[in-house]
Amino acid sequence: MPSRWINSLYPKGMYYLSGNEASAEGALAAGCRFYAGYPITPSSELMERMAVRLRKVGGVFIQMEDEIASISAVIGASWAGAKAMTATSGPGFSLMQESIGYAAFTETPCVIVDVQRAGPCTGQATKVGSGDIMQAKWGSHGDYQVIVLSPWSVQEMYDLTLRAFNLSERYRVPALVMADEAVGHLRENMSIHTKVEVWDRKKEKGGSPFGTEEGDGVPPMPSFGEGERLAVTGSTHDAFGFRKTDDPEAHAKLVGRINEKILKNRSKIIETQDYFLEDSEIALIAYGFTARTSLYAVKRLRKEGVRVGMLRLKTLWPFPEEAVSEVGRRMKKVLVPEMNQGQVAGEVKKFCSCEVISLGQTNGEVIRPETILETLRRI
Amino acid sequence: MVRALEKYIRPGVKSTPFCPGCGHGILMGLILRAIDELKMDMKNMLFVSGIGCAAWIPSPHYDGDTLHTLHGRALAFATGAKLYNPDLCVMVVSGDGDLSSIGGNHLIHAARRNIDLKVICANNMIYGMTGGQVASTTPKGSKTSTTGEGNPYRPFVLCKLVEAAGATYVAKYSVTQPISLISSIKKALLHVGFSFIEVLSPCPTQFGRRNQIDRPEEMIQDLIRRCILKEEAERLTEEELEGRIITGEFLSCQG
Repeated sequence: MPSRWINSLYPKGMYYLSGNEASAEGALAAGCRFYAGYPITPSSELMERMAVRLRKVGGVFIQMEDEIASISAVIGASWAGAKAMTATSGPGFSLMQESIGYAAFTETPCVIVDVQRAGPCTGQATKVGSGDIMQAKWGSHGDYQVIVLSPWSVQEMYDLTLRAFNLSERYRVPALVMADEAVGHLRENMSIHTKVEVWDRKKEKGGSPFGTEEGDGVPPMPSFGEGERLAVTGSTHDAFGFRKTDDPEAHAKLVGRINEKILKNRSKIIETQDYFLEDSEIALIAYGFTARTSLYAVKRLRKEGVRVGMLRLKTLWPFPEEAVSEVGRRMKKVLVPEMNQGQVAGEVKKFCSCEVISLGQTNGEVIRPETILETLRRI
Repeated sequence: MVRALEKYIRPGVKSTPFCPGCGHGILMGLILRAIDELKMDMKNMLFVSGIGCAAWIPSPHYDGDTLHTLHGRALAFATGAKLYNPDLCVMVVSGDGDLSSIGGNHLIHAARRNIDLKVICANNMIYGMTGGQVASTTPKGSKTSTTGEGNPYRPFVLCKLVEAAGATYVAKYSVTQPISLISSIKKALLHVGFSFIEVLSPCPTQFGRRNQIDRPEEMIQDLIRRCILKEEAERLTEEELEGRIITGEFLSCQG
């Protein structure tokens, strides 16, 4: 099923919103009509806005008893036909992991916004961090793929949440928006256009909901109550949902396909943005709020005549290895500033042939431009 | 499965997965009898289950929509599906460990919300699928693979628990009381609100053999002997009630 253009829920115009509020609006614009969540700093404003707004647009809101109940209710609602989401932060994200694996294995579209805070554990609940990037990819057991996006502005909290729904529906996969406290609580102008492009899951009467040899590798997805007599299970299953718990071929085939369907569509999923890379010798590779302070540092240094540029990762998983290895081929050095101890730097090192320097900061603060400038001057 | 009920079984299902003597096969049939007697449309039915032997009662055997979820989370998944599509008749069939131990928090909250779910808790008083470990429903003193000297702790009184949490239809029967149980399942299907039926189901393989009642017919006889209706229990003395299991409909009200 191709995409379609529909009117935005909000009238065209400029709006002054927080990142968390903008994310809620992006979800609603995409067609999200079910939200289940549990309060947690620094994401709660997103849930509060959904509680108010879903009532107005005829959707369903429920505050559940914990985070794994929230994501489980989201999956149940998704199979009942909803575009559904939840939002959380570190501790809640940890609690959701088992169900995220369930969603990946049962190919259930759903969106999770993680407004990351300073971990590990309870850490500093009101402070910023981006320590959940590896967990987003590897948090549940077994081999699976999810799609992970990284917004750097209030505008992108809207745009990328909307995009997360579209990718999730198109590829039948959990899509995660890995925001951080700084972007979630940031207030700035953002624009809403007249029309938005939305994707819906494809349907096919009598089709096999858990297997296809064709096209993009994404099977059709009926909903409960449509007479398809669905059999959905988190155990290994065949194309029609029958449990196959001791068939090696069935397991290899299913695990292979849920990974392949994302990896072979990576060029349609991955987005990156270049800044001054044409003439640069040194590049920053950054994402999320850190990309804002990184770009400021880059511009300052360029005024001084230093040939430095930046690659911004808007998609974190599947990892943008082509763009990163291209930067690695052309640069002498690459610096990766991030609010963790080098989670993305480790991935960059896998694909960059040049020297890669990790600037990890885990003090609950955003990385200041001065810190990046100092590091760049030192190298 | 008798021929008349075969139409409710998913094409492709050839046998039940349960051990010889397991009560879950009886319960599997009794639920379908209740559905058949009410002439319910399977197209409109969603069966949600968690993990464990009882979770396989509906999944994938019943020919409606089935959602076989994670251990303990069946009620949370069911809540999402029911809230988004209230036209679905949502029944949760799962075990005692799944619903009351790992899923205990979801159980009391679903009951508190009085959300319209029909919950059948197949209670075999033990973790069957994983090899017979103690459950939150194992009687005090019973032997399991993790309580070789006998369970030192008291079990949950499940019906009182969900009643206190806010359920509006609560009943308890054994698979040895099929007529009463079918009637109770029919009431739950027609009830609007959170319905909970605890169904005692014998597990000779894991519970019986560790507790000197390892022959299936002995477990069935034991349940027949011990289960009495609450109306009958009211006439008995404390002494006469010793070792008896009181069954019946404990609550039926509007929320």
